[in-house]
Amino acid sequence: MVGAGPAGLAGAVAAADRGLRCVLLDAGARPGGQYYRHPDPALRAARPDRLHHHWSTFTELADRLAEHRAAGRIELRSDHHVFLLEAGRPWHLHATSADRATRLRASAVLLATGAYERQLPFPGWTLPGVVTAGGAQAMLKAGLVLPGRRIVVAGSGPLLLAAAASLTAAGARVPAVVEAGDYLGYARRPGVLAAVPGKLGEGAVHGVALARHAVRLRRSSAVVEAHGEDRVTAVTVARLDREWRPLPGTERRIDCDALAVGHGLVPQLELATELGAATRTVPDGTLALRVDARQRTTVPGLWAAGETCGVGGAELALAEGELAALAIAGAAPPAALLARRRRLRGFAELMAGAHRPGPGWPGWLRPDTEVCRCEEVPLARITEAVEELGATDARTVKLLTRAGMGWCQGRMCGPAVACLAKGAGPAGRAGAVEPAPDRRPLSCPVPLGELAQLPPSTDADADAGADVDVDVHVVGAGQSEGQGEDDPR
Amino acid sequence: MRRTPSSLAAADPGPAHSIEFDGRPIPALPGQSIAAALWAQGILAWRTTRVTGRPRGAFCGIGACFDCLATVDGQPNRRTCLLPAAPGTVVTTQEGHGRADLAC
Ligand code: FES
Repeated sequence: MVGAGPAGLAGAVAAADRGLRCVLLDAGARPGGQYYRHPDPALRAARPDRLHHHWSTFTELADRLAEHRAAGRIELRSDHHVFLLEAGRPWHLHATSADRATRLRASAVLLATGAYERQLPFPGWTLPGVVTAGGAQAMLKAGLVLPGRRIVVAGSGPLLLAAAASLTAAGARVPAVVEAGDYLGYARRPGVLAAVPGKLGEGAVHGVALARHAVRLRRSSAVVEAHGEDRVTAVTVARLDREWRPLPGTERRIDCDALAVGHGLVPQLELATELGAATRTVPDGTLALRVDARQRTTVPGLWAAGETCGVGGAELALAEGELAALAIAGAAPPAALLARRRRLRGFAELMAGAHRPGPGWPGWLRPDTEVCRCEEVPLARITEAVEELGATDARTVKLLTRAGMGWCQGRMCGPAVACLAKGAGPAGRAGAVEPAPDRRPLSCPVPLGELAQLPPSTDADADAGADVDVDVHVVGAGQSEGQGEDDPR
Repeated sequence: MRRTPSSLAAADPGPAHSIEFDGRPIPALPGQSIAAALWAQGILAWRTTRVTGRPRGAFCGIGACFDCLATVDGQPNRRTCLLPAAPGTVVTTQEGHGRADLAC
């Protein structure tokens, strides 16, 4: 099981319940993933539940996990980042932890790697104090800190309401939640909504909490600029037309000392796409792994659950993790579980469509707006690559401009660069190429010394495409001029 | 009294210890990351970029963006949102690629 968030946890305990031996690998220090992220025990938080919805679901899972660990059925490896999967019988998983590489063998792999946030650049988004909405949540849940006292929350998607609610509960003032979508997409499908009353309830709880703190929700609007010299001091908000183009004359300035911003989540797939697993396009424009009714990917022996199959929230992830585990164990899925998954998946697709970035968002960029944060590549260079040098996809833009070639490997700017390369409008620019899934032989930076320590390849490894030469090239290319976090020292 | 994140979670972490940031002592609670300890003091930037020398600090908070890099105990390019603020940790603002020591 790769990933100890809701899907991985549910999968591990369900598999262990059926007698399978599992290793649960997670990059974080404690199980729970981003959703159930919680304070380090040393902070001795008596009420971590106040930072969460459905905290009791997590504590129940954690108790079952502890029982299985004590009985030797589940081995939990925290602080382990899986960087490479090799398909085969058995599978080989390579993980890096505290500057050491480890290799595991398994007969089946459940990928529950979750998602990271989608960002759309705007002038000033690199100023200190501008943070991701999920980052503000993560730092609050894990470290009990806020980036400021007066925090504007902006972007698109339901995470914004959740973030605004927890920031205000923790003592911040949130002068506005700025949502680029219009929420009308939900209203067009009342049947799908009625099937998930819990989701409406959640929305209502956030709505009431925000109303109590006098938080203003501005729909069909976006932060089009963050102001400040060495840190953010104010933002400009503009109304958007249906295509997300800012409407001239509607700008308003809001003073703040932090901005939490994000445009939904992007499934984290690279371990699977590297093996050639098939993907599908979700209504929000992201790519997700294609799975069948039993959570099987198109790669034999590889299952996937939760956000990796399309962003849909913790409840869906729990259901899918359990379904995958039952399938791996050869057990029949309960009809009620299948029905719950279907309902929640339906809602997830509806939600995704309602918050899909409109094609007009590049209208809030200026030529000098940095698009790639790591390599400091401004829009003008990307425009030049596309319009004068003939780039039609993100990969070519990257080779011509270095956008996406820095430390984060395009995780922050990738969706925006792909969109700029493709051109605005549903059809895009003539000759533009649909974004392909990221292919990364290694899913995170790995010190060269660790790669050198890998056990010698067997013939089976070679057949599965493990090619250390290629890995080394990629690490070097992504971390030019020796700035990588994990450079060999 | 105004609500704080600690009061919300009813945290009782015990006394703060101290880390060093650019030569001055910064209190840190047991269990906090370096980035969290800096945020708690209102410090939002702890590196400058390679090309334009602009200030940056934590952005994603979960280890994905690499914007929160700093020099920690003499090692450049460490992600402060992932590193615990251990007592006595020495953090210095990282300038550019953080490898001035290699210049010759
Ligand atoms: S804040 Fe993004 S890696 Fe630390």
